[in-house]
Amino acid sequence: MAGSSRAPTPAVRAATPGDAVGDLVPAQVAEPSDTEELSLVLAEAAREGSTVAVRGGGTAQDWGPAPRALDLLVDTGKLSWIDHDPGDLVVEAGAGTPVAELYTHLAGKGQRLSYDPVRAGGTIGGAVATGASGPRRLLHGALRDLVIGMTVVRPDGVQARSGGRVVKNVAGYDLAKLHTGGYGTLGAIASVAFRLQPEPPALRLVEAEYGSRAEAERALAAVRESTVVPSAVEVSAGPDSALCLQVVVEGTHDGLRPRTEQAAQALGAHARVLGELPSQWGHRPSEGPLAWLSLPPAESVEAAARLGRRVRVGGCAPRGALHLSWPQGTPLEEIASVLEEARARPEWSVQLVRAHPEPVPAVDRWGRIPGLPLMRAVKDAFDPDHRFAPGRGTGGI
Amino acid sequence: MSLAENETATAPAALVPELRAICGEDGVLTDHSQRRTYENDGLAHHREVPGVVVLPTSAEQVAAVVRLCHERGVPFVPRGAGTGLSAGALPHAEGVLLVTSRMRRILEIDVANECAVVEPGVANLDITRAAAPHGYYYAPDPSSQQVCSVGGNVAENSGGAHCLKYGFTVNHVRGLDVVTPSGELVRLGGKAADAPGYDLIGAFVGSEGTLGVATRVVVNLTRTPEKTVTLLSAFESMDAGGGAVSSIIGEGVLPSAIEMMDALAIEAAEAAVACDYPAGAAAVLIVELDGPAAEVDAQVEQVEALCAAAGSFETRTASGAEERALVWKGRKSAFAAVGRISPAYIVQDGVVPRTALSEVLRRITELSADSGIRVANVFHAGDGNLHPLVLFDDTEPGAWDRAEEVSAKILDLCVEHGGSITGEHGVGVDKACKMPRMYGPDDLETFDLFRRSLDPEGTANPDKLLPTPRLCGEQPGVRRDVHPLVASGQATQF
Repeated sequence: MAGSSRAPTPAVRAATPGDAVGDLVPAQVAEPSDTEELSLVLAEAAREGSTVAVRGGGTAQDWGPAPRALDLLVDTGKLSWIDHDPGDLVVEAGAGTPVAELYTHLAGKGQRLSYDPVRAGGTIGGAVATGASGPRRLLHGALRDLVIGMTVVRPDGVQARSGGRVVKNVAGYDLAKLHTGGYGTLGAIASVAFRLQPEPPALRLVEAEYGSRAEAERALAAVRESTVVPSAVEVSAGPDSALCLQVVVEGTHDGLRPRTEQAAQALGAHARVLGELPSQWGHRPSEGPLAWLSLPPAESVEAAARLGRRVRVGGCAPRGALHLSWPQGTPLEEIASVLEEARARPEWSVQLVRAHPEPVPAVDRWGRIPGLPLMRAVKDAFDPDHRFAPGRGTGGI
Repeated sequence: MSLAENETATAPAALVPELRAICGEDGVLTDHSQRRTYENDGLAHHREVPGVVVLPTSAEQVAAVVRLCHERGVPFVPRGAGTGLSAGALPHAEGVLLVTSRMRRILEIDVANECAVVEPGVANLDITRAAAPHGYYYAPDPSSQQVCSVGGNVAENSGGAHCLKYGFTVNHVRGLDVVTPSGELVRLGGKAADAPGYDLIGAFVGSEGTLGVATRVVVNLTRTPEKTVTLLSAFESMDAGGGAVSSIIGEGVLPSAIEMMDALAIEAAEAAVACDYPAGAAAVLIVELDGPAAEVDAQVEQVEALCAAAGSFETRTASGAEERALVWKGRKSAFAAVGRISPAYIVQDGVVPRTALSEVLRRITELSADSGIRVANVFHAGDGNLHPLVLFDDTEPGAWDRAEEVSAKILDLCVEHGGSITGEHGVGVDKACKMPRMYGPDDLETFDLFRRSLDPEGTANPDKLLPTPRLCGEQPGVRRDVHPLVASGQATQF
């Protein structure tokens, strides 16, 4: 498998302090220029027994704990390409393709990847490996729902493809699901194929603030009972901001008018209608501690109202997929106490995604993880020596 | 105690007393004639009488049965309603067939959380029936939805005509209780989305019973659309119809379904159910639009104009439920109708990129002309999922081989054009040997690595999904006649 006919370790250089992941400076950085090279690099790392982590745009290197060890950092910057079939509403892109570049390309053809990025910058590989989705996941699905195929290089250097470039396909296991949100612990993503949506001709954002939880819950129920079919319904609240609901409606110009009215009616007399999304729409704060909170959707407003007194809360209300964000420098005890408050509720789960400095072991980053032994079994099969981003995955995988 | 001759006499015989202790006397079938009723699923060509059949009524019973199989190294095959079309529930002669049909309670319709909690034996359509009074439905709608089970849908990642807009089972499952191949009961996800860690739910859905048995499923409920309109548009050629599909998608319209039939399929449907499609049509397109009324109205006009521009000579629009059912009648009866004009046929489930549809259909026509074997095309055009029906007379010597050759060439065409060997029927036994056409040895080995990580002993539905030497000497499936469920009026197939 490792290329006898090719240079064994293409494009590897010594690392610089700028390549550090957390406090770890790797020995080497590889910048493979295609999947073949990525495969050679990882096969060599396997022979050497090197620990490996992958970096795309470097915008989420502080998501998840820093790996326990790091010999080789793989930079995907050169794995940047876009292969778009507009007529099929399908695109395949190299892992190192900047998300912004992909969006610009698709917009030129009147199409989009509908998950709404949660970070500025970053690459396709990074977005998929961290797996988080923004507001418009509501209508078209989260990132995991939009991935239709993936090529991954396994920790042993073997290239493996699952899925394909057609939307409808049930041949074989959907292994891309494991890598989406897998934090690079099962291999290095080389390329990803997505299903796309046409960019609707028009959009309205309807928003309103509420003085009480009950008022906001009534408004959310009214949205649910309507036939507006919103693309997004976001709830937010915080120590310095009111409880707020935002509804995004997309469609044809004619169709939008009655739907917007309906949405405004549901949100209440004080609802405002805007013609475009605010800048940074869907982006999570780029610094400070960050956590994911997932709960039964009917409790989204309650979570925002209750936890919002202590921490900034936002997210997709009808999916119960929220996030918590604290100002930089918030004491760990305060964060731990919020996590505890959330975990006291049945069916609420909360994971601390980012924290500086690394939380002391006393802070439980993940809480209970149903199915963890199965996850460990999968990890052991693909990466038996735990060389890939060891410790970065959920549950310390 | 020795068993009577017609009773289970192979490996699982030793398990019978313990299985009875778990599932009760009436929850274990050992009599040969009883076991024989489970010898095949919807792909009737593949038959095997199961060693023993168990009918558990709870997750605990399922777990205990699977644990017993695990301890004794006895294979088990999960089965829902047995409507699958890839022999994914083909029993194992020396194994336990684990049937979930007695686990059919809808545990909860939770409107506030927009989900339903159900046992695996619940029929797909029963979720919609229970949710409808609240203004909701369950979106995935495989053609067997009246009888097929949710557990089976989870195993196969079932789609249906409307998955073009609404996605597949995997996009609608929020939580799963799973009995793993070692017999452990694990709860993954629940009413909350985004369970922490690896997306095991995503990997489990569509795993065809090879990673365990789902015993409780939390599915999304979708708001019933305010308006639904079905258009029927007739064309003088398949090319023109294909062009209309491309322009509808290209213009940014997202119908909930786009279905297409060719002349032979239309002819068969007319003969069978007198669906009264426009005379002289070489292709008909059924386009369904749903959503907020104002959007649907705008899109109906747009689609009518696009069909006309693509050369349609007649477009009908149906809004009422009865009118719409009439439009769908011909399409839904097509498989059974073709069964009336041909003694036997092979049905394929290949997928091509939508933009390759016209090219692939032309090549299929050539294949048919060159071989003299008739092929009727009835398919989900919006997502490129073909269901070519390769017709032959099974009493004629060598006819099956010739039909199978055409059928295999069609699948090759799909793969050559960047498509898939199966869009919704699954791999099962039927297409396991065709997996190497689509995936390389490393890809297949990676699938196997994953499978073994969760089923190291290989007891969960062995010889399915991946090619094995034992399997790949066998013949793929032939449909001799109408599916028994279709014949009995319990299901439609389309």
